[in-house]
Amino acid sequence: MMRKTLIALAAVLAFAADPAQAQISDGVVKIGVMNDQSGLYADLAGPGSVVAARMAVEDFGAAAKGMKVEVIAADHQNKADVGSAIARQWYDVDKVDLMVDVPNSGVALAVSQITRDKAKAFIVSSAATSDLTGKACSPNTIHWTYDTWALANGTGNAIVKTGGDSWFFITADYAFGHALERDTEAVVVKNGGKVLGKVRHPLSTQDFSSFLLQAQASKAKVIGLANAGADTTNAIKQGAEFGIVKGGQNFAGLLVFLTDVHALGLEKAQGLLFTETFYWDMNDKTRAFAKRFAERNRGIHPTMIHAGAYAGVLHYLKAVEALKSDDGTKVIAKMKEMPTDDPLFGKGTIRADGRKVHPAYLIEVKKPAESKYAWDYYKIRATIPAEQAFRPIDQGDCPLVKK
Amino acid sequence: MSTVFGVPTQALFGQLLIGLINGSFYAMLSLGLSVIFGLLNIINFAHGAQYMMGAFAAYFLLQWSGLGYWWALLVAPIVVGLFGIVLERTMLKRLYHLDHLYGLLLTFGFALVIQGMFRHQFGSSGLPYAMPAQLAGGRNLGFMFLPNYRAWVIVFSLGLCLGTWYVIERTKLGSYLRAATENPSLVQAFGVNVPRMVTLTYGFGVALAGVAGVLAAPIYQVSPLMGADLIIVVFAVVVIGGMGSIMGSIVTGFALGVVEGLTKVFYPEASNTVIFVIMAVVLLVSPTGLFGREK
Repeated sequence: MMRKTLIALAAVLAFAADPAQAQISDGVVKIGVMNDQSGLYADLAGPGSVVAARMAVEDFGAAAKGMKVEVIAADHQNKADVGSAIARQWYDVDKVDLMVDVPNSGVALAVSQITRDKAKAFIVSSAATSDLTGKACSPNTIHWTYDTWALANGTGNAIVKTGGDSWFFITADYAFGHALERDTEAVVVKNGGKVLGKVRHPLSTQDFSSFLLQAQASKAKVIGLANAGADTTNAIKQGAEFGIVKGGQNFAGLLVFLTDVHALGLEKAQGLLFTETFYWDMNDKTRAFAKRFAERNRGIHPTMIHAGAYAGVLHYLKAVEALKSDDGTKVIAKMKEMPTDDPLFGKGTIRADGRKVHPAYLIEVKKPAESKYAWDYYKIRATIPAEQAFRPIDQGDCPLVKK
Repeated sequence: MSTVFGVPTQALFGQLLIGLINGSFYAMLSLGLSVIFGLLNIINFAHGAQYMMGAFAAYFLLQWSGLGYWWALLVAPIVVGLFGIVLERTMLKRLYHLDHLYGLLLTFGFALVIQGMFRHQFGSSGLPYAMPAQLAGGRNLGFMFLPNYRAWVIVFSLGLCLGTWYVIERTKLGSYLRAATENPSLVQAFGVNVPRMVTLTYGFGVALAGVAGVLAAPIYQVSPLMGADLIIVVFAVVVIGGMGSIMGSIVTGFALGVVEGLTKVFYPEASNTVIFVIMAVVLLVSPTGLFGREK
């Protein structure tokens, strides 16, 4: 009872303190970070995304501006039903205004629909499916960091053009894997390559030997791994055991994160080519961010997902400040209208279909001898300019885009 | 080239062999569970966590004291086994007179705590563990490329499983153990220290999980979740084989590995579920499992 009274009192004071807050629902901007906190995607997003969101709130200077911002977190265990239940509870009961991150495309698609129904706001950093800004696009969702089209385009193009023209896909059997495989196949075929076969494995598979044998038997030059996290690292590790690379075939990790490379070790990961939109060791601003972040995240350096969660929340808060309201649909519209500028991705824009646009980088993993300090893992082979990095807006079939 | 249901026979042989390799992990783990259940009547849900601890023990030995794979194969199971003994002495032994469920709850809770602690400390992506140099590489069998290490896993686990079976079913020590299960007070009256025997048996069962963990370390990432992913399947194997049947768990372990391998060829999407479908069918037809006996 006492506590309730205090909360009510605090709310009244918050309203009274600053008339500009009148438009902020219940006086608090509440940000919910939902992701896989304990399973195979926990290191690449997980608690790190919560840290990143909190850092964004601090760097925005919410407290100094008299804005009350609260960050909460939950674990969806990679299950769409669990994720949907949490999203409903957050929006209906806990008065959450913005949801952030949400890896696992299956869960993200479900949450995007719920967010739209409740007229709240959703910033996707981890989920990859390009459908989020394609046929499933929503006026309440922004897709920040990357998507399957960008990965396929960056990596697929580079590999096919250097002679990797026959592919075999090992694909995670859910929305994300299917989208990544579809988008990559399109790039391969467009560049004159061909796809010799594909096999789909359940999410979180321990043993890939059976799939690797099938890939080996296909004689394809490139084995495309349309999966993520521990699935990718296990496949690459076991691929080395089965002599895949020695036999003249190469892996294309279609979605590889810094934490995956760390887990594999450079010995096994060296030479791997893939696409990312952020690397911590690019400039002084990213390095400074990485240092602060690692201190708060058990030494783990930020992945592009963590960077996206930080930059997304920062831009959201700027829009809330400009609008003096946290109404989901209006804030998202405002975010699209305002140009973005943050220390990690630099200047950028958000398109009408919800796609955040910034450059992408073709990454090659360093050889062990080239790595000079902890987490020194990447060489940037090429920069794909922002206007080429993502799917052209008229090709996504997003109903929000006027033709 | 000859084919079976559209799959080349050569590829099929490869998949059979792969299935056998995965089966050896199932066999080793379900054997440990069977030994523990058969003699202690404890459903050891911490088995997956203990398997994971075996892999981490190998990793620590390498990182902290420079002891390589072969030493780990010897030392890690002893360390994990001792850990099991402490658990049995301090907690499990208080539960023997209670229903099975209490043992299950205790070990399950224990597994969650251990996994949570490791995850907090080491994250979920896993840590790399190198293959021993002697077993690196592989040979071309004509129908597939067999990594030497996988061949070693099959040989080692077969030896270990059959050895355990022999000790329990064919030696005097084994006959004490089996007698103590049937009637502990009578065996104690003959001057056998039954509580100590039970403790050592639990330690041995846990050590088996530790060995499997060390064997798995070079193949999979050493990760806090490696046991949690596996343990449910292993329980299904034990149920299919018949709770407490030693030979049953060995044979079903290998057989289900092969079935799962074949599923990965013909219908990969179902490879995670096929074992549970078999379990349901077996339970309907023969509730005590394929090799189990009514008590």
